[in-house]
Amino acid sequence: MSTATRSLPRTIGAHAILLTYTVIALFPVILVIVNSFKSRAGIFGAPLTPPTPKTFDLIGYTTVFGQGDFFHYFQNSLVVTVASLFFVLLFGAMAAFALSEYRFRGNTLMGLYLALGIMIPIRLGTVAILQLMVATGLVNTLTALILVYTAQGLPLAIFILSEFMKQVSDDLKNAGRIDGLSEYTIFFRLVLPLVRPAMATVAVFTMIPIWNDLWFPLILAPSEETKTVTLGAQLFLGQFVTNWNAILAALSLAILPVLILYVIFSRQLIRGITSGAVK
Amino acid sequence: MGSLKIENVKKAFGPVEVLKGIDLQVNDGEFVVFVGPSGCGKSTLLRVIAGLEDSTSGHVLIDGADVSVTPPAKRGIAMVFQTYALYPHLTVKNNMALGLKQAGTPAAEIERRIKIASAMLSLEPYLERRPAELSGGQRQRVAIGRAVVREPKLFLFDEPLSNLDAALRVNTRLEIAQLHRRLKATMIYVTHDQVEAMTLADKIVVLNAGRIEQIGSPMELYNSPANEFVAGFIGSPKMNFIDGARLGETAKTIGVRPEHLTVDTKSGAWKGTVVHAEHLGADTNLYLDCEKAGLITVRIFGVYNAEPGSTLYATPDAAKTYRFGVDGKVLR
Repeated sequence: MSTATRSLPRTIGAHAILLTYTVIALFPVILVIVNSFKSRAGIFGAPLTPPTPKTFDLIGYTTVFGQGDFFHYFQNSLVVTVASLFFVLLFGAMAAFALSEYRFRGNTLMGLYLALGIMIPIRLGTVAILQLMVATGLVNTLTALILVYTAQGLPLAIFILSEFMKQVSDDLKNAGRIDGLSEYTIFFRLVLPLVRPAMATVAVFTMIPIWNDLWFPLILAPSEETKTVTLGAQLFLGQFVTNWNAILAALSLAILPVLILYVIFSRQLIRGITSGAVK
Repeated sequence: MGSLKIENVKKAFGPVEVLKGIDLQVNDGEFVVFVGPSGCGKSTLLRVIAGLEDSTSGHVLIDGADVSVTPPAKRGIAMVFQTYALYPHLTVKNNMALGLKQAGTPAAEIERRIKIASAMLSLEPYLERRPAELSGGQRQRVAIGRAVVREPKLFLFDEPLSNLDAALRVNTRLEIAQLHRRLKATMIYVTHDQVEAMTLADKIVVLNAGRIEQIGSPMELYNSPANEFVAGFIGSPKMNFIDGARLGETAKTIGVRPEHLTVDTKSGAWKGTVVHAEHLGADTNLYLDCEKAGLITVRIFGVYNAEPGSTLYATPDAAKTYRFGVDGKVLR
C-alpha cells in the first residue's frame, strides 16, 4: 500500500538497514551458542556452520558442570546482581525523590555531583576501592561487589529517575500530605508506582553491566567461594591451552538468567519508552 | 467553627517575593474567592493556608489558633485540586476513606460519612471503581467528596473547574454553590476566572502581583472598584479605559463599562467607526474606533445590526463613569 508517508523503496530501505543491524548485533551471540554445541575439531574446522551429527558434541557443557562449581558461581552472580539492583533502585529512587521534590540549598549542585558518576568511570578508582576493601576486611566477599556495583549504578539511576519524578503531579503529593500520609508513604505508595516504567528502564541499564562485569570480581573477590559466572569462565582460559568448548558453553549458560530478568523488566520498559509520546 | 485570619503573610522564593504582606479575615461560613491574573500569588496564598508552603513571615490563624507550624493534616482543612489528584491505585471509596483512616477515625464513622457524601454528590454507583474508570466531572466530584468526608473547618479549592469542559464547568459550579449552602462551611476558592468569582463568592479578594487590590462582595467590586486594576479585572467584556487628556478631563484615565455606553446613529458624545460586531444573541458587542476615545467596546442588550465601517455615536452614562488618578486609584 502506498500512502503519502509510506513508499515501497523507503520501506525496503528501512528494513534492510534494521535487518543488517540485527544480524551484526546477533552474530557473535549466535556464534557462541552454535559453537558451544560442537566438538573442538568442529569449532576450529568450520566455526560458522551449525553443528552436524559429526561435529555435535556436548563436551563443553559436561566440562562446565563437571569442573568447577558453576552452580555456585551462578548463585553468586545472581545474588550480586539482584542485591545491587535492589539497592540501586531503592537509594536511586529516594535520592531522585529528594532532588525533585524538596527545595533546599545546594539542590542543583547536589544533583550535578550525583550525576558526575555517569561521566567518570568507577574503574578509575579501583586502587582506592581495593585499599578500602582491604582495610575494611571486605575482600573476597560478595558484600564488596554489591557495594561497588551499587555505587556504580546510582548516578544514572538518579539522573533518569529524578527527571521522571519531576513529572509526577504535585497536586497528588499534596493531596497525600493533606490526608496525613507521611513522606515515606507518599514516596512508596503514590510516587513509586507512577514511575515504575522508569524504574524498569533503570533496572535493565544497571543489571547488564553488573552481570557481565569481570573487572571487580577479578580484583575484589577472586576466591573460589565468591567467583561470579564471568570470572568462573576464565577457569578454562589458560595461558597455553584454552578449553573453548567449556568457555562457549559457560557463556551460553550465562546469557540465560539475564535474559529472563530482561524479559521481566522489558514489559515495563516498552511502556516507559512510549509513555509521554502519546497522550 | 471555621474562621480564618491571615496576618501580614509574606512569601519569597529566593529573591522573588510572591506574597508581599497579605492581611485577611474570613468569617465562619463565608465563601471567599481569591481571584487574579496568573502569577499574582493566589495559589501560593492558598498553599500557605493549607500548610503546603511555609510562609517567609507572618501568621495564619484558623479558629483563632496559630497554625503556622502545624502540618497540613492537623489543620482541619480539606483541599480540592485542579488536576483532581485522586490516588490512582485506590477505589473511589478508599480515596475518600484514606484521610479518615490516617486520622484514626472508627470504621463505622467512616462508612457513615462516605454514605452521606456520596449521596450528596451522586457518587453511589461508582464507589467501587478506580479513578481511571471515571470521567473528568466524576473525578472532580470524587475529589470534592474526599474533602467533604473530612468535615473540615476550611474547604480549599484550587481552580477546581479549570480542567473541565464548559458545560460541565457550569454544572459543577452549581454543585459547589449548593454544597456551600448545605454544609454552611467556610470555603476558600482560587480561580483566575472572574465569572466563577462573581457567581460563587460572598466575598472576593482581588490579588495582583502579591498584593490584595481590593476585598468586597461581587457587587461592591463591580459598582465601586477601588482602582483601575480591579475595574479592569471585574466585568466582562473589560471596562474601557480612555486617556483623560484626550477627553479634556483632569483625571488621568476615564473608565466606562461596555454595558454603560449607549449608541445612536445620529448624535452622541463620541463619534466612531464600527470595527467589528460580535453577535451573541442575548447581547451584541460592538468595537468602535472613536475619534476622541480611541478603540472602545460597547455592549448592547439584544440584537443590534451594525455593519463594520458604518458610523455610530457612543454616549457614556455619566453616573456610571469612573475617574482614575495618576496612581490608578479611583477619584471620588
